[in-house]
Amino acid sequence: MGQSKLDLLQGTLDVMVLQTLEVLGPLHGYGVARRIEQVSGNQVLLNQGTIYASLVRLQQRGWITAKWGTSDNNRKAKFYSITKVGQKQLVKDAAYWQRLAGVMGRVLAMQGEGGKP
Amino acid sequence: MSYSLREAWNRVRSFFRSEELDHEVQQEMASHLEMAVEENLRHGMSREEARRQALVRFGGVEQALEQHRESRALPWVDILRQDLRFTFRMLRRDSGFAAIAVLILALGIGANIAVFSVVNTILLRPLPFRDPQQLLRIVEKDPKAGESSKTYSADATEDFEQQNRSFQSVSGYFAFTGPDNFKLVGNGQPTPVTGILVAKGFFETLGVEASLGRLFRSEEFLKHAQPVALLSYPFWKRRLGGDPSIVGKTINLSSTSVDVIGVLPDTFDFGSVFSPGAKVDLFVPYIMDDFRDDGNDLALVGRLNRGVTLAQAQREADQLWPQLYFEHKHPEYGKGYTGQVTELKEYVTGKLRRSLIVLWCAVGLILLIVCVNLSNLLLARAAARSKEFAMRRALGARRGRLVRQLLTESLVLAAAGGVVGLGLAYLILSYLAHQGSIALPLLAMVRVDGTVLEWTLLIAVGTAVLFGAAPGLRMSAGNLQEVLKDSGPGVTEGRKHDRMRSTLVITEIALACVLLVGAGLLLRSFLRVLDVDLGFEPSQAAAISVDYDDGGNAAKRAAIWNEVTSRSLMIPGVESAGISDNLPMSRNRSWGIAAKGEQKLDANSFVPVFVYIVSPGYLKAMGMRLMGGRDLTWDDVSSNRSVVIINETVARKLWPGQDPIGRTAVAGGMDAEVIGVIADVRETGAEDAAGAQMYLPATKQFGPEGANLVVRSKLPPATLETSVMHTLRQINPGQPATEFKPIQGLVDHATSPRRFFVLLVGTFAGLGLLLASLGIYGVISYSVTRQTQEIGIRMALGATQSWVQFDVMWKTLRLALIGVAVGISASLVVARLIASLLFQTAPTDPLTLAGMVALLGMVALLAGYLPARRASKINPMIALRTN
Repeated sequence: MGQSKLDLLQGTLDVMVLQTLEVLGPLHGYGVARRIEQVSGNQVLLNQGTIYASLVRLQQRGWITAKWGTSDNNRKAKFYSITKVGQKQLVKDAAYWQRLAGVMGRVLAMQGEGGKP
Repeated sequence: MSYSLREAWNRVRSFFRSEELDHEVQQEMASHLEMAVEENLRHGMSREEARRQALVRFGGVEQALEQHRESRALPWVDILRQDLRFTFRMLRRDSGFAAIAVLILALGIGANIAVFSVVNTILLRPLPFRDPQQLLRIVEKDPKAGESSKTYSADATEDFEQQNRSFQSVSGYFAFTGPDNFKLVGNGQPTPVTGILVAKGFFETLGVEASLGRLFRSEEFLKHAQPVALLSYPFWKRRLGGDPSIVGKTINLSSTSVDVIGVLPDTFDFGSVFSPGAKVDLFVPYIMDDFRDDGNDLALVGRLNRGVTLAQAQREADQLWPQLYFEHKHPEYGKGYTGQVTELKEYVTGKLRRSLIVLWCAVGLILLIVCVNLSNLLLARAAARSKEFAMRRALGARRGRLVRQLLTESLVLAAAGGVVGLGLAYLILSYLAHQGSIALPLLAMVRVDGTVLEWTLLIAVGTAVLFGAAPGLRMSAGNLQEVLKDSGPGVTEGRKHDRMRSTLVITEIALACVLLVGAGLLLRSFLRVLDVDLGFEPSQAAAISVDYDDGGNAAKRAAIWNEVTSRSLMIPGVESAGISDNLPMSRNRSWGIAAKGEQKLDANSFVPVFVYIVSPGYLKAMGMRLMGGRDLTWDDVSSNRSVVIINETVARKLWPGQDPIGRTAVAGGMDAEVIGVIADVRETGAEDAAGAQMYLPATKQFGPEGANLVVRSKLPPATLETSVMHTLRQINPGQPATEFKPIQGLVDHATSPRRFFVLLVGTFAGLGLLLASLGIYGVISYSVTRQTQEIGIRMALGATQSWVQFDVMWKTLRLALIGVAVGISASLVVARLIASLLFQTAPTDPLTLAGMVALLGMVALLAGYLPARRASKINPMIALRTN
């Protein structure tokens, strides 16, 4: 691995979790963590344990709910799914991050008028 | 933002379900790890490698759990709990420090709570009546002649009540009630009680309702109505045992059967509002028709109509009062009152505002000194703990976390101080509330209430922040290396610490100096007040209220008075005895006096004059000084001679530069011959100049209002009481068991507000001095301990004991001198602010200033002497060997 991994920005993990649950439906903590790792192409620095703080926070805000269930290989696990409120929040957050990403992209693409610095 | 609310709620809930949630998430994490291991196994890892990889990817389980807790519950509460646990451990280990800190704080906070309660009761809290801001007191504009000119006649009151448009109602009470004016005859000995006559609508105007029974009805204010009475709550509770069926019962009041119609509520304390220090037992109707000939005797209170301003009411009063007649039956007496309306609250407490604010500031200074002192103590501890804190920072504690820990310690100390202080204040207040002898309005209502508790909380937290912040920041700030280096063995500690502590001590001395000078000036004023020539000798005289029945016959009364005085004179130890209807510095009334001459007299010729109806011998018994002429004789009385004794003020006003003896005056509507002149008597209080006074014999012409027997004797009043009472009972078996009161008590009562303030400010100053000396001692003692080795070396090199001692003392003196210099400059400013509270004392009174500086200097030197002696006793060998 040539490059070091990306540090997660404040609040980004919550959005990732919401998006994952929105797309994939009910999922347990391990599933969420793995999916984020896979989608990011192993680019983010994520201690999988951190996911639980995010999950409980989202749950307490009423954006996701949790239910005990059984996993594919018959293991007891807590399954999380996104709520209506959570979906609305996700729309808002996604728009925000996209705008931010766009702005960052444009700013960093800016060229000095006198040519290359 | 509804989610943040929901989150907050859930956090609180989670906080209380901590264990359950921990268990759940641990289960979750366990299955998480198992799933990870399984997946790794599927990828062909060995069991061991699969487990290792799973754990690595998971990160620390403990950290994850901790993060989980932080994001689900109330992490600050957990931190607080840790801090508290640590604080209690620290304080237990250092219990001496904790005890001293809590004690100092308790004194400072307790004094503040007590003073705040008094200020709150007297100044801040509204009067305990309905809509008190609508209540006004109406008095004459220039109340020169004591109570009489603060009152109005029955006719004028009725006229004003009917004609005004500003007030919903105007009512009043009879202003000349002395204590124990009725006697209650029940089973056993008759007991004296105090009853106030109130005019129609008095309680309705104030908005007071009966707690049992009812208030007076209008027909009960008519002549010959069935006598009725309302009882005060304490009287009903104490004297009648709180009898719940008292309403409708009859009591015997001064030989009249009176129906009890109701009991007033506990919250209504007439004395504390209208007559500070007096206890009132019951109320009876003031029947206008009985008083129409008696001149001014109603003290008026009015309730403004909604929407009427004070200025409007004043304009109307200015218009109406001058047109009102003194007496309808005698229009020739003329008309023309004045009326000044003042908010009742302002009237009752306005004069005290400045004193109370001074008191409040003084006690605030004490709190500041306490803070400075504790800062100092904490700094000393900080020095001892600096290594601990450096170590904790080196191990990764954030600065904020350390400050928080230190503030928690301060808060715990302040809270403990606050609780003990509250207890202290409670004791002081219950004592004050039962001091009838302090003539401060509303003081009887002082108590610890919600506002006081809020104030306690506020000052406790404020104090904690104030004394905790500086040492906290300082301790957590220092350069790590420097601290670790600094506290190594054999190195004298950095000078920075030292300078800060010295500054604090100087501040403390300066504050104490301000307090001392203020207290000194007030004390000197008080001594001046005690030194005032009162015009009579209060010591060795005592008075008792005498009951008799003369059936309205002047000759019979003269005979009784004669018998009472002459038999009193026969009691062994009694030097002189006499009777007067009014005593100085208690109640008063005034009439007019004029010099009879060629010109016709009009209303302007009369000087308002305090009037006393007295027996022969009274002047001598009171220790008044006859400046010319003679005293009354029994012959004057028995032959109904119209004579008068005047004081020097009257003589000066009516016959300036001439001898008044033998001249004729018009006194109380009669021609009377001036037979004597006495030295002025301070009538209303030691601090007020004497007014005009005259003394008349109790003849047909001049009716007394009750009788006080004054007895002068070298024996203490307590030993005389039995024989005097025995004599009075022989003359009149119905004589109630009234108290035999030293005349000094009247003077003390009049000077009690000043004594109260002096005592409190003096106590605070003493406390300030003590704290300042503790501060000095602490700093000097600490520096001696720290420099033990240095001193040892110097002594080894030949410094003598006295030189070492001198050196330490000089250091002390330097601190004290700077502190006093700062303090004196501040004191001069403060003294000017309290100038109006001083009596015959200049704010720059050199004696006081010098005295206080000397006192402060002496205490400072004493505080420095102990460490200095210890320094001089240092054995160089031992000091050096311990290195």
